[in-house]
Amino acid sequence: MMNSLEKSPSSAEESVAPGGRGAWLREHSELGVSVLLFVLGILVLTDALTMHVEIAQRGPVGPTTVPVVVGIALLLVSVLLAVDVLRGGRGEAEGGEDVDLSEPADWRTVVLLAGVFLANAVLIGPLGFPISGALLFWGSAYALGSRHFSRDPLIAAGLSLFTYFVFNNLLGVPLPGGPLMGVL
Amino acid sequence: MDSLNSLMDGFGTALTPINLLWAALGVLLGTAIGVLPGIGPAMAVALLLPVTYGLEPTGAFIMFAGIYYGAMFGGSTTSILLNTPGESAAVVAAMEGHPMAKAGRGAQALAAAAIGHFAGGMIGTILLVALAPAVAALAVDIGAPDYFAIMVLAFIAVTSVLGSSRIRGLASLLIGLTIGLVGLDQMTGQSRLTFGSLELADGVDVVIVAVGLFAIGEALWVAAHLRRGGADAIPVGRPWLGKSDVKRTWKSWLRGPLIGFPFGAIPAGGAEIPTFLSYVTEKRLSKHKEEFGKGAIEGVAGPESAASASAAGTLVSMLTLGLPTTAVAAVMLAAFQQYGIQPGPLLFEREPELVWGLIASLFVGMVLLLALNLPLAPLWAKLLRIPRPYLYAGILFFASVGAYAVGGEALDLVVLLVIGLIGFGMRRYGLPVLPAVIGVILGPAAEQQLRRALQISDGSVVGLVNTPFSVTVYVIVLLLLTWPLLRRLPFLRRGTPS
Repeated sequence: MMNSLEKSPSSAEESVAPGGRGAWLREHSELGVSVLLFVLGILVLTDALTMHVEIAQRGPVGPTTVPVVVGIALLLVSVLLAVDVLRGGRGEAEGGEDVDLSEPADWRTVVLLAGVFLANAVLIGPLGFPISGALLFWGSAYALGSRHFSRDPLIAAGLSLFTYFVFNNLLGVPLPGGPLMGVL
Repeated sequence: MDSLNSLMDGFGTALTPINLLWAALGVLLGTAIGVLPGIGPAMAVALLLPVTYGLEPTGAFIMFAGIYYGAMFGGSTTSILLNTPGESAAVVAAMEGHPMAKAGRGAQALAAAAIGHFAGGMIGTILLVALAPAVAALAVDIGAPDYFAIMVLAFIAVTSVLGSSRIRGLASLLIGLTIGLVGLDQMTGQSRLTFGSLELADGVDVVIVAVGLFAIGEALWVAAHLRRGGADAIPVGRPWLGKSDVKRTWKSWLRGPLIGFPFGAIPAGGAEIPTFLSYVTEKRLSKHKEEFGKGAIEGVAGPESAASASAAGTLVSMLTLGLPTTAVAAVMLAAFQQYGIQPGPLLFEREPELVWGLIASLFVGMVLLLALNLPLAPLWAKLLRIPRPYLYAGILFFASVGAYAVGGEALDLVVLLVIGLIGFGMRRYGLPVLPAVIGVILGPAAEQQLRRALQISDGSVVGLVNTPFSVTVYVIVLLLLTWPLLRRLPFLRRGTPS
């Protein structure tokens, strides 16, 4: 088994290296995960402790017990993770067949994809699935770098219509048809 | 004898035209998914969870199992021809298979892998038939404390055995448990973590979590790091084996399942460890040690056989105990929950048609897979040419279909994206995804069993450990937890104490 926790003994030196605080923060950006876990823990604990447990409790363990345990565990883990990161532990970014970790992350693509995905959530009601789904596929393919302006929309429309038909008519899972299906 | 009769009945179920169709569809999809980079069987089954709304359970599970087995077959094709495993279980196949392909023996490597999968899957499934009813009978009167113990075992195993960092595994599990808490408390109706939102009162659907973490998270992660200009697959002819190759590999095919099956049944990460162990074993036993690393055919045959057998082992734990040992099993467990079926010892009594139909369909699927993969391997390899933008756009597309099908709510798509972004962050910072999924799927059930057990014992903690079964499970949990310490003890350092 691989030991993917790369302990870097030189992290102490790196922290005083040129670049100052910004570089240190980038190096230790995993502390953000720790902060998020801590906030989540506080959230879960607050929710559990402000709950009005009156009548309905059956048995010795009420609806707040497990959330309290989970909340405390979250706080604990967030602290332990922070300690691990400060001592040089790093979570290894996940590899994959199509993943190239030697390049910096391409945030533009990620933001574009998230935007296209949200647009689908907004448009699926008014436009119906066949249109919004086709836009989702085309938009995603575009964001990922495909530039075939005749082929891409055709594939998108075909896939969307086919999926609509399979789910709506064959599998009995209703999808909104929208104005387009009203016309056809 | 009893299980043989049941198995015959199972064939009656599996061989109906409609179920044959689902099996064929499953193995076709599975092979394609195994070949395609970027999609694993867990993601595929997660994306297909919405079919549980329209399909009866037997057909759905026959298809899911076909995907699981098929992905094993297909994964090794990518490993051998491209040197980049399409599936984590196929990593080892690349070690010997790719050098073979480069040396012009790709056809033999593919044949050794496909027949290995067939042998491993067959032997594994026969062991499943022999063992599963016995395990189920052994555990048949387990109650709330035992179920809770099994779930604790799943939580601990998935965080401490898998992955490289326990603390990150634990963080992932807690994220999953927190998501599982959202909604109305099952026993009192108290709303938890809903923040007054009516939509959240029903909780976050497991389908959305699984699709978000496995599909959206993965697609976004790959998108951020998409490899430009990937490697080309080595062209290859129809797989075949000469006499001398068969002589070298038949023992490896038979040895693989002995390693793969038990490892699949325990929560130790599915096929990765047993394929590696099998590789080491084959290397040690081979008469051609010098060929290892340069394309030894035994190094393909054994591990691939072990991989498929481990899939069968996984099904034993999932069907008899409701214990998911791999990501695919976890998602299948979610499918069981969608149908309101509780996998566990009683499954064999309550749903004999489903269980035995499923098991019989594994045999059917295996034959189909061998027929599909041996002559058609070069054709499957063509799938590797699919443009990556289409592949990942397709994943996002089907993920949104799946999430929308859950309840017809556009809000679910937003929740899906949020969970996908969490999955993205987890991949970035090395938090394994599986513990979170197990937390969401088993968390609410574990809480219910815990409270039920304590209710019976009137609050006494003894109520959690008052059965031999639960005590045994907790001993295993304890061993898992203390293993890193135990390993340092001097008398355990050298070999195994007898």
